[in-house]
Amino acid sequence: MKFIKGITLKQPQISKKSLKEGLIKNIVPIMFIVIGIFGIVYSGFTATAIVNEMLTRIARNSFLVISLLIPIMAGMGLNFGMTLGAMAGEIGLILITDWGIVGVPGLVLAAIISTPISIFLGWWCGTILNKAKGREMVTSYIIGFFINGVYQLIVLFLMGSVFPIKSEILLPRGYGIRNMVNLTGVRKALDNLIPLKIAQVSIPVATFILIFILCLFILWFKRTKLGQDMRAVSGDMEVARESGINVERTRVISIIISTVLAGYGMIIYLQNMGTLNTYNSHTQIGMFSAAALLVGGASVAKADIKNVFIGVILFHLMFYVAPYAGKNLIGEAQLGEYFRVFVSYGVITIALVIYETSKRREAKMEARLLREGTEVKE
Amino acid sequence: MQDNKIPLLEVRSVKKEFFGNVVLKDISFTVNKGEIVGLVGENGAGKSTLMKILFGMKEINESGGYEGDIILNGKAIRFKSPQDALLSGFGMVHQEFSLLPDFTATENIVLNRESEKYSLMSEIFGSRMNTLDRQDMDRRAEEAIKRLNIQLDKNMYVSGMPVGHKQFTEIARELSRSEMKLLILDEPTAVLTEKEAESLLAAMRHLKELGISIIFITHRLKEIVDVCDKIIVMRDGKIVENLENKNVNIRQIAKAMVGREVSSSALNVQNEVDNSSDEVIMKIEHLWVDMPGEIVHDVNLEVKKGEILGIAGLAGQGKLGIPNGIMGLYPRGGNVEFCGKSLPSENPKECIKSGIAFVSEDRRGVGLLLDESLEWNVAFGAMQTQDKYLKKLFGGLIKWRDSSAIEKDTNKYIESLQIKCTSSKQKAKELSGGNQQKICLAKAFALSPKLLFVSEATRGIDIGAKALVLDALKKYNKENGVTIVMVSSELEELRSVCSRIAVISDGKVAGILPASCASDEFGMLMVAANEIKEEA
Repeated sequence: MKFIKGITLKQPQISKKSLKEGLIKNIVPIMFIVIGIFGIVYSGFTATAIVNEMLTRIARNSFLVISLLIPIMAGMGLNFGMTLGAMAGEIGLILITDWGIVGVPGLVLAAIISTPISIFLGWWCGTILNKAKGREMVTSYIIGFFINGVYQLIVLFLMGSVFPIKSEILLPRGYGIRNMVNLTGVRKALDNLIPLKIAQVSIPVATFILIFILCLFILWFKRTKLGQDMRAVSGDMEVARESGINVERTRVISIIISTVLAGYGMIIYLQNMGTLNTYNSHTQIGMFSAAALLVGGASVAKADIKNVFIGVILFHLMFYVAPYAGKNLIGEAQLGEYFRVFVSYGVITIALVIYETSKRREAKMEARLLREGTEVKE
Repeated sequence: MQDNKIPLLEVRSVKKEFFGNVVLKDISFTVNKGEIVGLVGENGAGKSTLMKILFGMKEINESGGYEGDIILNGKAIRFKSPQDALLSGFGMVHQEFSLLPDFTATENIVLNRESEKYSLMSEIFGSRMNTLDRQDMDRRAEEAIKRLNIQLDKNMYVSGMPVGHKQFTEIARELSRSEMKLLILDEPTAVLTEKEAESLLAAMRHLKELGISIIFITHRLKEIVDVCDKIIVMRDGKIVENLENKNVNIRQIAKAMVGREVSSSALNVQNEVDNSSDEVIMKIEHLWVDMPGEIVHDVNLEVKKGEILGIAGLAGQGKLGIPNGIMGLYPRGGNVEFCGKSLPSENPKECIKSGIAFVSEDRRGVGLLLDESLEWNVAFGAMQTQDKYLKKLFGGLIKWRDSSAIEKDTNKYIESLQIKCTSSKQKAKELSGGNQQKICLAKAFALSPKLLFVSEATRGIDIGAKALVLDALKKYNKENGVTIVMVSSELEELRSVCSRIAVISDGKVAGILPASCASDEFGMLMVAANEIKEEA
């Protein structure tokens, strides 16, 4: 009798707790919705302007963010090593600009050039991450810095001296690429491939089709044997290994896919921007993409396509409206750029802390269930 | 017809030694088709080594293989890997679950043997790009569950399942292999409730009817008698009993398991040391401890001042969880009162401060600072928690280490415990296991505790050192009146030192017996067979 009473008393407490837990878990997206609403009100933008800008930004960033999904599926956390793919994409763009190949064929060629580089870098990065199990995120972050050094060596010293570069993107001294490369030949080549304008809002149809195809690929991939193996590896590496799954190889493949997709994503991103900031474009792309995904309600262990789009919209909405809202409120437009970096790091930190604490809380819950289980048994 | 004449599996005089240490001596037995063979024995009797040999585990081949023959259906076999064993129709369900929590029962049952549908992409990227055929996977899972003859929702996630269903999922996974002939179940009922265990036994009978043979390892003798056709009792690497299950007496099995009658002289020694009073120094009520592999469910125990209390039990039953939980190394609940005051949970420092010391079974991990000198090892605990060996300067503003006092005390312990070392400055990792254990004791003694927990004090040390450690404990108890709670897997060792021995089974106290009781009484408690004793 005593125990039955105890249980019925506990029930409402648990449901209240789960509401609170749901709030804590989704604190990041909730925060962004609130900030976004305030921003929209105080920035004074028209609806058309906001929709226009958001569509551009979704087209520009989604592909990059989606490239993060597959390593999360394989239990490797956020792949900050996607920077590697971004660099491969940039090398493709530098080369096609030098060769003067324009339009969509140029973009396709850039993608083809980037693919083998991405595969090699992804394989290399994945192999290292297999030696740093449980610390994949920080390791891939540092690998990004390391490869950035290699990239600089190639682009700043070897291009022009070892690899022949002829056009005016070369520095006057005879080797090294200029700080800014104008991508006039491929600027918005994909976005404007199928022009569509509805009520002053221009829609980059071709880019969206590409993103849609990628989403279908991700959904289909989840249903393949390889996708199932990745879920198994993410669940428990030892159990997966015992059942005969090649855990290491599966993990490497997930990083390779992510790196290759990041390379394509970077090409799409840069054709929209129209200029390549040779030495800086890629440095923060991993962090911004990861932050966007987390803002969309994903965690380090669980993410899907829905999180990508919610995240890109909320994250970039804030970037767009915050400077103007800041200017209108306190006369300081710098606020936006400041927010951009500050908020990205802040979001990643919060998401990591929430993930760790909820993991620990679950362990405690299990201990409590254990105790309650024995009480009821008696 | 032939199936009945030739046994499915015959093990012929199998021997195994690990680096000169003989663990299996001349093991021979047979398993017929559709037969359930019960295998019982204390920890270290050699059951798991035998199963590892049957399953072709890596460590067996790496340590030089085994002698003797294993004959399957009249053909001698020698597995090189567990994969070989699986292909020959062996299946094994381990004590620990090897399931994926975020997968459904179906997904776990057909793990890495999923049904696939052809996809165009696999032409380029290989067969891993085939998509899964969920319908066929469900069908196969259902079939396996049907063979078990139990209720199991194939779409349920493992993380949400009760323990029993997890166990069934695991067995169903083995059954879903079509070539399945012999199933080895390693203590499958240890984690189950009584009802769940019953339905598992029913499922086993059903499998037997389907012609699948089972080797069933368990500590619950009642289950063995209930379900098995044949019972094999192992002790010290030998088969001591191999009998048909007809009119078998549980007491007889328990006795065969525990074996070894203790000479009465050893018990007499114990009697003179008993200087316990009636005063209760520690009162444990409804203790639960979440220590992985050693879960304590509900322990009620009173420790009397000045006694040496033994805690016995088979591995995994929770005896190690008791000291670890009370000392705050693992999450615990319930009430623990020490000297009339309730102890906080998960706070080792407070426990030590209130006068409890703990010699851990994890000597190298928890017990010692391996890279530091003996002096440091002896003094460290006392220095951290009791401000011992510290000189206070400027009215306690700065605390300075008192090296000479540390050295003096360490040398005192080196002498009294006969620790073999070059000097008190030697590093702890350079000592032998037995001497390391003595340093652990010295470290605990330096805390001058009122109560001392000693966990597996003689594990992995030689006989000479064993006697010294036990003598040191007895002497310490006698001379200083310190209460000692000793946890050990070796019953005979407890019986030679302790006055009372509590037997832990299934995370609970199965009973407390005086050390002079016969060993089969302890055996009965260890295998939780006391309820049958009353029936008989």
